[in-house]
Amino acid sequence: MGQAYSAGLTVTDNTILRKERILPLKGQVLVKKGDKVKAEDVVAETLLPGKVIPFNLANKLGVTPQQLVNYIKIKPGDKITQKTVLAETKGLFGLGIMKTEILSPIEGEVENISSVTGQILLREPRIPVQVKAFIDGLVTDVIEEEGVIIENKSAYIQGIFGLGGETFGELKMIAESPDDELDVAKIDASCAGKIIVAGAFAPYHAIDIARKNGVKAIITGGIDDQDIKKLLGYDIGVAITGHENIGITIVCTEGFGRINMAQKTFNLLKHFEGYKTSIHGRTQIRAGVIRPEIIIPLQFEEQELVAKEVSMPILEIGTVIRIIRQPHFGHIAKVTALPEELTKVESETLVRVLEAEFENGTKIIVPRANVEVIES
Amino acid sequence: MQYDEKRLTRIVATDCGSTTTKAILIEWIDGEFRQTIRGEAPTTVEAPLNDVTKGVINATQELEELARLKYHNPNIKFMENGEFVIPRKGDVGVDAYVSTSSAGGGLQMMVTGVVASMTGESAERAALGAGAIVMDLIASNDKRMNHEKIERIRELRPDMILMAGGEDGGTVKHVVEMAELVASADPKPRLGSGYKLPVIYAGNKDAREEIIKTLGEKVDLIITDNIRPKLEIENLLPAREKIHNLFMEHVMKQAPGYNKLMEWTVGPEHEQVPIMPTPAAVGNIMQAIAKEENIEVVGVDIGGATTDIFSVFTKDFIFNRTVSANLGLSYSISNVLASAGLENIMRWVPFDINESELRNMIKNKMIRPTTIPSLLEELVLEQAIAKEALRLAFEQHKSFASSLKGMQKQRDISEAFSQSVSGETIVNMMTLDLLVGSGGVLSHAPRRNQTVMMLIDAFLPEGITRLSVDSIFMMPHLGVLSEISTKAATEVFRKDCMIYLGTCVAPVGKGKIGKPALYAKLELPDGSVFEEDIPFGEMRLIPCEIGQVAKATLKTHSGLILDADRKKELTVDLHGGKVGIVLDTRGRKPFVLPADKNERISALKKWMKVLNAYPEHILS
Repeated sequence: MGQAYSAGLTVTDNTILRKERILPLKGQVLVKKGDKVKAEDVVAETLLPGKVIPFNLANKLGVTPQQLVNYIKIKPGDKITQKTVLAETKGLFGLGIMKTEILSPIEGEVENISSVTGQILLREPRIPVQVKAFIDGLVTDVIEEEGVIIENKSAYIQGIFGLGGETFGELKMIAESPDDELDVAKIDASCAGKIIVAGAFAPYHAIDIARKNGVKAIITGGIDDQDIKKLLGYDIGVAITGHENIGITIVCTEGFGRINMAQKTFNLLKHFEGYKTSIHGRTQIRAGVIRPEIIIPLQFEEQELVAKEVSMPILEIGTVIRIIRQPHFGHIAKVTALPEELTKVESETLVRVLEAEFENGTKIIVPRANVEVIES
Repeated sequence: MQYDEKRLTRIVATDCGSTTTKAILIEWIDGEFRQTIRGEAPTTVEAPLNDVTKGVINATQELEELARLKYHNPNIKFMENGEFVIPRKGDVGVDAYVSTSSAGGGLQMMVTGVVASMTGESAERAALGAGAIVMDLIASNDKRMNHEKIERIRELRPDMILMAGGEDGGTVKHVVEMAELVASADPKPRLGSGYKLPVIYAGNKDAREEIIKTLGEKVDLIITDNIRPKLEIENLLPAREKIHNLFMEHVMKQAPGYNKLMEWTVGPEHEQVPIMPTPAAVGNIMQAIAKEENIEVVGVDIGGATTDIFSVFTKDFIFNRTVSANLGLSYSISNVLASAGLENIMRWVPFDINESELRNMIKNKMIRPTTIPSLLEELVLEQAIAKEALRLAFEQHKSFASSLKGMQKQRDISEAFSQSVSGETIVNMMTLDLLVGSGGVLSHAPRRNQTVMMLIDAFLPEGITRLSVDSIFMMPHLGVLSEISTKAATEVFRKDCMIYLGTCVAPVGKGKIGKPALYAKLELPDGSVFEEDIPFGEMRLIPCEIGQVAKATLKTHSGLILDADRKKELTVDLHGGKVGIVLDTRGRKPFVLPADKNERISALKKWMKVLNAYPEHILS
C-alpha cells in the first residue's frame, strides 16, 4: 500500500548519530580524526570577512572616475587605518598648495577600486567565528578547512517545534507525569544550567521564571501560540526558528496548545535524568525540513559507530500510530484495517483512511494523512 | 519531439510539491487520451529520506494499486526495482514519465535593477514568469545604503541572480556599480558549495565588458539580451529562457535526489524531458487558454507554501505571474494569520470559536503540514483562511500586474479623459472573462459549491465572470506533458482537468440592504424560468448544467452597473457549470460585510445555505 502518511518523529533510546559541524566559510579545523571531543570544545574556527563599506572617492575628490587613477594612493589588498590617505590632489600648480586629502573612514583593507563608477570598496576587519562540537563524541572525519564529522551513540528525540539555539546541560525532570503543567514552585536555583522537562504544557510565566533562574532549556509537550508571541514580541509567520535571542531554548515535542507529552518520550527523558544533554530549537518546516533535537550521549565503543540504513516505517495492521490532528489529537492507537477505497469523513472529504483501536477498545476511522507511525 | 497515441498509451506525470507529490496516470482509452487515476504521497526532501524520488515511488505505488483495483488486473505495474519501466510492455511499464517540481522551496532568485519601478520590476517579471520566487529586488534607488545591500545579497543565498538595468546605449555607471556590490558580497549559492553562483546579466549591452571584468571571475556569469532595451519595450523571453536552463543545470542538481529524478523523466525514446518548475507549467496552460479562447483570464494556484496568481489581460494577451511566497495553507498558514489578522479570517466563519484554540489549530497545521481537516468545523476554518490567503495574494498581483512604468506615453484625447497613467494595474475585474482555481483547497474541496464560494469571496468578480477549477490539480502535469504531446495534454485538459463551475453575476456599486438591486430573468434550457427582483445583500444559485446556457435579461437598480460600459441592462447568455449560475447582489467597490458579529454570522449562514456550501447542521 502506498505510504500516504507521515514518518513519525524519531524517539529512540539508542541510535548512532553523525553530526556535521561546518564553518560558514573556509577556515581552520582544530581537532583531528580520532579525537574524543566534548560538546563545549571548539572544533573549528575562521575569520568572517568584515562588512564592506562602499565609498565614492571620485566624488569626494571632485574628479571624474576616469581621472581617479591619477590621485589614488592605495591599491586592492592594502591594509588601512583611519589615518590612511586614500587619495590626494596635487594642489595648486602641482605645488601641494590647498591640496585635498581623503582619509579612510574605517580600519580594514581595500577590496576594490572602480574606474567606471569612481567607487572604492573598503572592508572592515575580519570577525572571528567558532564552531563547537555541540555533542560529546568522536571525530570520525575531518573536512579540510571546513569542519568535522562527529559521531556518537545517543538517546535521541526529535521535537516538532522549537525556539532558541544550541545549548547543553544536565537533564532534570520537573514533571511527574506527561500530563503535568510546568510547576513554577519547582523551578528554583537548583535548576540553573539545567535542561528541565515539563509535561503537557509550559505557560509563559513558568518559562519566564525558568529563564530568570538560569535554566538553559525547557522540553515540553505543548506551548501556547500567544505565549510565544509574548516571548518573542512578534507572531511567527513561517516556522523558521532557532535564531531567537530569548535567553532560553525551548523544544516542543507535540505541538501547540496543551498536549500530553508522548509516554515514550516522557519515559525516555525520565530514564536519562541527570545525563548531560545537547539540545537546540532550530526548526525549519519547509525546503529541507529541520526539526529541534534532544541528544543524550551514551558510552560507546568505536566499532559500534555503524549507522543503520534509513527507511520509512511501514504502515500495516498492528502498527502503533499516533493521531496528529483533531479529533483525538495526540492519542495512540493500533491499526486494525487499511481499507483501499476512498472514504468520506465528517468534513465530507474523500480520503484514504485507516481503522484503528485505542487501548480501551474504542474503534476509530482516521485519515491516513493524520497519523504518524510510532516505531517500536 | 512530439508523440501521439501510437507511441504514448500510458504516461505517469508527477508534481513534486513542497508538501505532497501528486501523481496522475494518463491513458489512451477508447480512442482518446484520458486522465484515469491519481495518487499522492508526502514529498521526501527532508531528513531522514532526503531524496525526492522516494516520494515519487510512493505516489506511483499508489497509482499502481489503484490501477490494479480499477482494471481488476493484479499484473499492472509501472515500476520495477524502484525505477520506471519505459516503454510499456503490456501490463508492465509506461511510455513516458514527466514531472514538475516546486519542492525544496522551488527556484529562489534575487533580482537587481537600476530603478526599482522600471528595470527592477521588469527583471522581477522575468524571474516570476520563469517560475521563480523573488527573494528580494535590489535597485540603485531603493533607499538602502550600499553596505546594507551588500549584507542583504550575502545573507540571502539565492539559487541565482538576475541583473538588469539601463537602456541599451544609455549610461553604464549605475549597472556597473550594482555589479560591484554583487562582486563584493561574493554571494554563495543556497544549495551546494561546489559551484559558482549563476548570475544572469540582462542589462544595458554597452556595459557588458565592464560587467565581465567586475564579475567574470567571482560568479558563473551568463550574458543575455537586455530585458528593457528601451524604456517602452520589455523583452523578457531571452532572460526567462536562461533562467529555465540554469534551473535545470544548477539548482535541480543540488536538491536531494534530483539527479536521479532528472534521469527518470524521459519520453518513449528515452530522451530527457526536463523537469519544469510547477508555476512555469501552470503559466503555460493559462496563456494557452487565454489565446485559444480569446479571453481575459485570472488563474490561481494555492499551495501549501505559496500562492501563485496568473493573469492574461488586454488584447495583447499580456501575461503576468506573481508568487506570494509566504501565503499558503500548510507551511505558510500561520503567515496568513499574521498578514491578514484574526479579524479578517473570522469574518468568514459562520460560528463562534475560541481565539486561542483557533490560533493553536493554525500553528499545529503549520508544523504538521500534511494533515487534512477531518472535522467539518476545521474544514470551514481552513476555507476561511484560504479566502484571506487568496485575497492577499490577489492584492499583490493587482499592484504588480501593471503597464510599464516610467514611459512617456503619447495620449489621444479619449485616454486623457480616462486618466490612464503609466504603471496602473491592468487587472480589470469588470472585463475579466474567466477565473480559474487550482491547488489543494480549491481542487479538493469536498463540494464544488465551496470552491465557487471561495473564488467569489476572495476575488470579488465584477459584472459577468465564468468560474472554473482544475478538477484534481493536474495543470502542472499537463503543462509539462505538452512538451512531448500537445495532443494528449489538450485532450486531457478539456475532458478531465478544466471543470466549469458556472457563472457569477455581480453588479458593481453600493446599495441598501433589502432594497431592490437586480432584476433577473433566466430562461433555462429545460424550459423553466427563474425570475426575481433580488434585493441588495443577497445571493441566488440557479442550477444550470455544464455545457448549457441560460438566456438572461438583467436590469440593475439604484446606480448598480453590470459591465465595463456601465450598462444597467443586459440581455446575455450565461454559461452553466457543475454548480450553476450565481447571482450576487452583495455589492462591489465596496464589498462590505455586516460589522456586527451576530448580523454577520446570520448573513454568512444565509449565503452559505443558498450556495449549498456546507451541510445544514453547521449552518442552523
